[in-house]
Amino acid sequence: MKIKAKVYVLGDNIDTDQIIPAQYLNLVPTIKSEYDKLGSYAMAGLPETAIPFVDSATGKSPYGIMIAGRNFGCGSSREHAPVALGAAGCKAVIAESYARIFFRNSVATGEVYPFETPVSLVSEFKTGDEAELDVGSGTLMRLSDGKVFPLKSLGAVAPVVEAGGMFGYARKVGMIKS
Amino acid sequence: MKMTITEKILARAAGLDCVKPGDNIWVNVDVLLTHDVCGPGTIGIFHREFGKDAKVFSKEGVVIIPDHYIFTADEKAHRNVDILREFVKAQGLPYFYEPGTPSYCGVCHLGLPQHGHVRPGEVIIGTDSHTCSHGALGAFSTGVGNTDAGFVMGTGKMLVKVPETIRFVLNGRKPDYISAKDMILRIIGDIGVDGAMYCAMEFTGDAVRDLSIDERITICNMAVEAGAKNGIIPPDEKTFEYVRSRTDKAFVPVYGDDGAPVMKEYVYDVSEFVPCVAKPHIPSNYAAARDCSDVVIDRAYIGSCTGGKLDDMIMAASVLAGRKVKAETLIVPATMEIADAMKTVKIGGKSLVDIFEAAGCAPIPPPSCAACLGGPVDTFGRTHGSEVVISTTNRNFIGRMGSKNAPIYLASPLTAAASAVTGRITDPRDI
Ligand code: SF4
Repeated sequence: MKIKAKVYVLGDNIDTDQIIPAQYLNLVPTIKSEYDKLGSYAMAGLPETAIPFVDSATGKSPYGIMIAGRNFGCGSSREHAPVALGAAGCKAVIAESYARIFFRNSVATGEVYPFETPVSLVSEFKTGDEAELDVGSGTLMRLSDGKVFPLKSLGAVAPVVEAGGMFGYARKVGMIKS
Repeated sequence: MKMTITEKILARAAGLDCVKPGDNIWVNVDVLLTHDVCGPGTIGIFHREFGKDAKVFSKEGVVIIPDHYIFTADEKAHRNVDILREFVKAQGLPYFYEPGTPSYCGVCHLGLPQHGHVRPGEVIIGTDSHTCSHGALGAFSTGVGNTDAGFVMGTGKMLVKVPETIRFVLNGRKPDYISAKDMILRIIGDIGVDGAMYCAMEFTGDAVRDLSIDERITICNMAVEAGAKNGIIPPDEKTFEYVRSRTDKAFVPVYGDDGAPVMKEYVYDVSEFVPCVAKPHIPSNYAAARDCSDVVIDRAYIGSCTGGKLDDMIMAASVLAGRKVKAETLIVPATMEIADAMKTVKIGGKSLVDIFEAAGCAPIPPPSCAACLGGPVDTFGRTHGSEVVISTTNRNFIGRMGSKNAPIYLASPLTAAASAVTGRITDPRDI
């Protein structure tokens, strides 16, 4: 699968309070209208000087791919974080490394692909650049000049990602009945 | 093969003789903890995946402790507690610490051990990152999201990757002005917020054995601030005494093998530690409190699962006894048990509650997470402007206590109280 989208670029240690501030945790992700609302608040905790991640008119993000540095998603276990990104229309995060709960929640929910990179790509892109993610081969192409960056393989979680999340995987391996 | 305590607990929970770091195993979960912020979503996933008539894996194994958004006019927050209430009724769950009733207990990570749900050697999964706190009693305990929790709720099982262990050996005699908070802030300052990513942080040594259970909880609570999967302290007589005073349920403690290999070992002498803070906006931004004495504070906040325990209150009161605060000082006990004890525990003949009142602290609100994570706009103690806060909580990310413009300094109860007295960041030795 290939995902062609604009990228949104962030630095190191982007915590879950920036991804979805705590005041919006009264929204329940499994209720459809509140799921959409969470999307409209994605990255609302970024400093006011940041480029808005979500278009306030549509409640969706024009950025389908997030590029970040180390320890993306550190802090709380709130699944609202990958859900907010997914609900906003973001398909993948490409970071140098992740906080484990965010990574796990991304995989378990199937909301966003959490790819890691061998070296930071933060300086290779700026917000608004176009890129194409090849999920199958694990590469990211910068469309302006066609330069291709390799991503780390998803490793042990690849089967879970392929199954669409934790429940799909558990059914596939027979841990729960379908 | 020799195994660490974390590996041994996971092996036992998976029914295996031996596991090693990196193995992906299915473990049986003893306790699933959830609260008002993540419980409704977990329940939503549980019913979506297992059907509307599905039953939880174990009635005793699902513990629900609402604590985050309790004292607020926010309608959705109330709706969320209603969702929990209905679920508990439909499932017949015995352990629901319901707001507005005598069973309400306050912050989940202290309610869980105080009500006997944490036992050495067991596996605890919670929908909250600070679930790692319970390693203080020798359990494997970690935080997950709603989807994993919904899965556990239906199956009692969880897919776990066995973490590598990093061992922290804390030796030496702890000076009176040092608390567990200074120890863990120092460690996080040294290794960074991703220094223990995906790992187990194991804390041993004389200085850890000397700590009270409350203080051990402070250390394990903040393991997640270094990126760890779990924090753990080998159980000992103190652990058993605490657990036995709270539950009759039998448990089998687990110990690591002598000489079990670990990924890395750090050795500290705590007698050299100094009172410290984590400066804004990240818990690893370590500084000696004395080096921040020019920072004027607007508010001291003493509360949360990290810094709102009885020992934290005793430490704060020991500093505030006979003194007056210069900065606004908010005291939020984490649980009802702690709030009650603050009326009876005395220093110099005065109860903690009286000491705080005489010192000029704000009236003490009922227990909850309160301003630790900001929350709805009417949350007690939430920041709204550019207040400079010194706080005994565990995170100081931008906006964590509400306002993006309010810088937060994390500190021990001793340092927070000393700073409240002078109105600037103050080493407790300097008042
Ligand atoms: S007190 Fe703070 S850190 Fe602890 S559970 Fe509540 S919000 Fe989380």
